[in-house]
Amino acid sequence: MPGTLDKTITVAVAGNPNSGKTTIFNSLTGAHQHVGNYPGVTIEWKEGTVTRGDWSLKLFDLPGTYSLTAFSDEELVARDFLLNHKPDVVIDVVDASNLERNLFLTTELLEIGLPVVVVLNMADVARDRGLRIDTNLLARRLGVPVVSTVGNRGRGMDELIAMVTKVAIHGVSLPGPVDLCRKSSPAPQFLTRLEEGSGKVQVDYGELVEPYLARICALLPAEDASRWRAVKLLEQDPKVLEEINDPEVRREVSRIAEEFAAADPDQTPDTILAAKRYETIHALCDGTLSQVKENGPTISDRVDRWTMHPVWGVPIFLVLMYAAFTMTFGLGNPIMDLIDRGFTALGGFIDGFWPAGSASPLRSLLVDGIIGGVGGVLVFLPNIVLLFLAIAILEGTGYMARAAFVMDRFMSKVGLHGKSFIPLLIGFGCTVPAIMATRTLESRRDRLITIMVLPLMSCGARLPIYALMIPAFFPAKWHGPVLWIIYVTGIVLALVGARLLRATLFKGDNTPFVMELPPYRMPTVRSLLMQMWTRAKLYLRKAGTVILGAAIIMWFLTFYPKPPADYVVPAGFDKTTIAADTHFGELKDPVQIQSAELSYSIAGRVGRALEKVLKPVGFDWRVGTALVGALPAKELFVAQMGIVFAVGQADETSEVLRTRLRERYSPLVGFCIMLFTLISTPCIATFAITRQETGSLKWAVAQNLGLTTLAWIVAFLVYHGGLLLGLGGA
Amino acid sequence: MMPLTKVQEGAKAILRVVDGGQELRGRLASLGLLPGTELEVIRNSGHGPFVIAVKGSRVVIGRGMASRMEVE
Repeated sequence: MPGTLDKTITVAVAGNPNSGKTTIFNSLTGAHQHVGNYPGVTIEWKEGTVTRGDWSLKLFDLPGTYSLTAFSDEELVARDFLLNHKPDVVIDVVDASNLERNLFLTTELLEIGLPVVVVLNMADVARDRGLRIDTNLLARRLGVPVVSTVGNRGRGMDELIAMVTKVAIHGVSLPGPVDLCRKSSPAPQFLTRLEEGSGKVQVDYGELVEPYLARICALLPAEDASRWRAVKLLEQDPKVLEEINDPEVRREVSRIAEEFAAADPDQTPDTILAAKRYETIHALCDGTLSQVKENGPTISDRVDRWTMHPVWGVPIFLVLMYAAFTMTFGLGNPIMDLIDRGFTALGGFIDGFWPAGSASPLRSLLVDGIIGGVGGVLVFLPNIVLLFLAIAILEGTGYMARAAFVMDRFMSKVGLHGKSFIPLLIGFGCTVPAIMATRTLESRRDRLITIMVLPLMSCGARLPIYALMIPAFFPAKWHGPVLWIIYVTGIVLALVGARLLRATLFKGDNTPFVMELPPYRMPTVRSLLMQMWTRAKLYLRKAGTVILGAAIIMWFLTFYPKPPADYVVPAGFDKTTIAADTHFGELKDPVQIQSAELSYSIAGRVGRALEKVLKPVGFDWRVGTALVGALPAKELFVAQMGIVFAVGQADETSEVLRTRLRERYSPLVGFCIMLFTLISTPCIATFAITRQETGSLKWAVAQNLGLTTLAWIVAFLVYHGGLLLGLGGA
Repeated sequence: MMPLTKVQEGAKAILRVVDGGQELRGRLASLGLLPGTELEVIRNSGHGPFVIAVKGSRVVIGRGMASRMEVE
């Protein structure tokens, strides 16, 4: 019935982290949701719709926050949404087993002055802990409807939807927050002297504070005046101050705030105000919340004795990581192979429509460009889906917070958060899902640093390069140690890089490490699968388009322009395979044609142009061309080397190619090539995902330039250091 | 008064002073940690972060931060 759905109610879902907010959101919206990023920040954005009769509820899942201060992106996003979008109703999800702390946010929401429906979630957990909450009394005291739910069982959802719709249509007898700031309104009723059922609740800031609040309120324009704003201004919240347009008013407000700060030199304004807020909450809970039975250490505490043990915590963590890793790559890789083979077969099938060795550009675009490109995107999907499932399990059970606790001791030494460890570990498999896994980091700074250094964790796609190069240059007993040195170099550079980034670009106070330790929970299969699927969908939709586009561009760069018949392959090209004065048109061998074409293509030219830059680190134009050709995926480096050395189809076990490499390069250069492919610009997929996850092209470009510069410096130092030590050059 | 880092596992203490900027104070306050709040140290292994119980929830606090919290 189109036309009836224009009765839309906008609903914001707010609440503390771990309050079960997302579970409520998922229960309400089911599969009808859409995930995205808030513009400019790396915070997930979810919206979903529920339809009831003529009404359509549009729900927005705000990031979980403990308060509405301006100290994190999450808080800023949440409060910007509330202040600027002015949702019709705010659902405030409150963890019933942790009422006092959760009501802190509730009081702030009430002060903003939007209609609030409080959801007492996890009512069952609270009951098990011996807590009894008088829901009716709480509702009367708060002056807003309170609905009890058990989110993970879907209990209470119908009542909640009904209540939200009712509030949106009929409104509630809203308490005084907004009124307080309006001169015409009656004197406010404070909770501490509240008559039950009056439907007016206010945090009573006391005789010291209230006059200041009143003075600030009087200055604000009527449409901006809310008690919340006045309180924030008194706390000297810089963002709220900025939002005042009139510089005269701004100055006056600052003056009042400073006067207030000076009035009690022993305490800071924010402490005074927060203390008053808790006093109100305490009064609110008195009689509403009662502990009917004492309880000893919870099950969570008992499990934590092991998972957070100073000695056992680390091995337990490593075992769980190993399990997650095995699940992601062990289960994923066979499926990846299957997808890979499927696409190769499809390519072969399409190829069959043309005569063998056809130079048709359409064939090449279809087979090498599009099928190769789409295959390159889809091949990551099993890994990504499984990885997100593993992360959803770690997060949903509550273990993620323990992992951060266990690893923080090590990670904080390099200026990273304990949670950064997991993406870094995943980076050994594939950088793309690893960058997506940084979503578990709350602070944008931690996220950016982790993303920037992540490509240094040597991913699986680089292994074929090492597998080709190491046996080519080193005796068998050195194979293991050389591979180990390469991996460790990457790890060390990542850690040093993180430290440097923290000390320079991301300077400033460390984000204080405070984190709630949620009780262990059994996540529902439904919520795990939903979380996994929404993220996988995001990967497919966004990254898919960008990665595919990039792959097609790279295809073009390595195939075009085609050389004219009288093109002579450049001097320095392998004379053993193509005579120096042979024209392109005279070449018969498809392998020779292919390598001549590559030398004429844009990628080949760029590679040759790069020779000047690469000479100081011991590389020639062949390496340059192969590096350019390997941009879509690192493992392509091997195939590209096969083409530039005109040995035809080459893989990492090709002895012919190894012989060629040995003829041309010294082991020192070979080692530098491996270092360079390890450190330098990651693949296009990484570029695309970095752009997407950081929300700006700037970081993706910075990552590429930074890593490539670093690669050059490291290779230069190793090459010249090696030469000085007499290890031999090219 | 002494820094929180000195409190043994299982002991209770009352937070008195938070020596830090508005951001640190704000974060702690929103988690229920205000001057005057009673807390219990659940885990203090001598190094690495801390676990404390406050207002019915468990909170992990970095050691550096704990050293800036005076309790008694």
